[in-house]
Amino acid sequence: MATAPVGTLYRGREGMWSWVAQRITGIAVFFFLYVHVVDTALVRVSPEAYDLVIATYKTPIVNLLEVGLVGAVLYHALNGLRVIAVDFWSKGPRYQRQMLWVILGVWVAVMIPGTYYMMIHTVEALFGSTP
Amino acid sequence: MSLVSPRRGPGLDAPRSTGQRSNYELYAWLFMRISGIVLVFLVLGHLFIMNVLDGGVQRINFAFVAGRWASPFWQIWDLVMLWLAMLHGTNGLRTIINDYAERDQTRFWMKMLLYVSSGFIILLGTLVIFTFDPNIG
Repeated sequence: MATAPVGTLYRGREGMWSWVAQRITGIAVFFFLYVHVVDTALVRVSPEAYDLVIATYKTPIVNLLEVGLVGAVLYHALNGLRVIAVDFWSKGPRYQRQMLWVILGVWVAVMIPGTYYMMIHTVEALFGSTP
Repeated sequence: MSLVSPRRGPGLDAPRSTGQRSNYELYAWLFMRISGIVLVFLVLGHLFIMNVLDGGVQRINFAFVAGRWASPFWQIWDLVMLWLAMLHGTNGLRTIINDYAERDQTRFWMKMLLYVSSGFIILLGTLVIFTFDPNIG
């Protein structure tokens, strides 16, 4: 393998893959936002119509997808702050790699309890509550 | 890793912006960063309240929405979040279309589709927040 070009922030390794992930999570979250505005708009139809569509959010599979959505939003937010630091902080470009590992650590630290609280009802409903 | 030009063909040799210069892309770039910082608080706060706090999504129904939108605070929160998130996302997708759609015609029509659908969603969401009626039905 040829050596990576020196001094390029976005080609190869952490810099490029964090950018790829930023695009993928951004697209996913944006398309969900379209759907979410439309499902919320059902409050203008009737309480029954709204409660019916919200009931699908409470099913196990959609609940799991919601955890994925929160994970995507959280990554996009944290990496977005990292990009701002790279752009505006004089030492940002030098520490871009370390900052990526920091935000990934924060992501894991938030997602572990986050997943627990988001899934607890689904897990209890599926496997029975523990005493 | 070999060095490959991101867009083959005339793209890079014949840049589109000849003649008058505008700061549009600079403002778009700046908007992404400013709206991004505001959205970190609005969206993560929204996700925490809706998905984690007090049983999360299991307690959400029409009455819950009615209770929240009785307060101008949450109405403004949701309105600002809607507009900033939609503009932030639309500009993000505009950038992606510009990057990957190579034919002028394809790029034009994909962006038209994007702007029309985003306009519709922003309008719909705004209307729902302003015309919400807790006593409907």
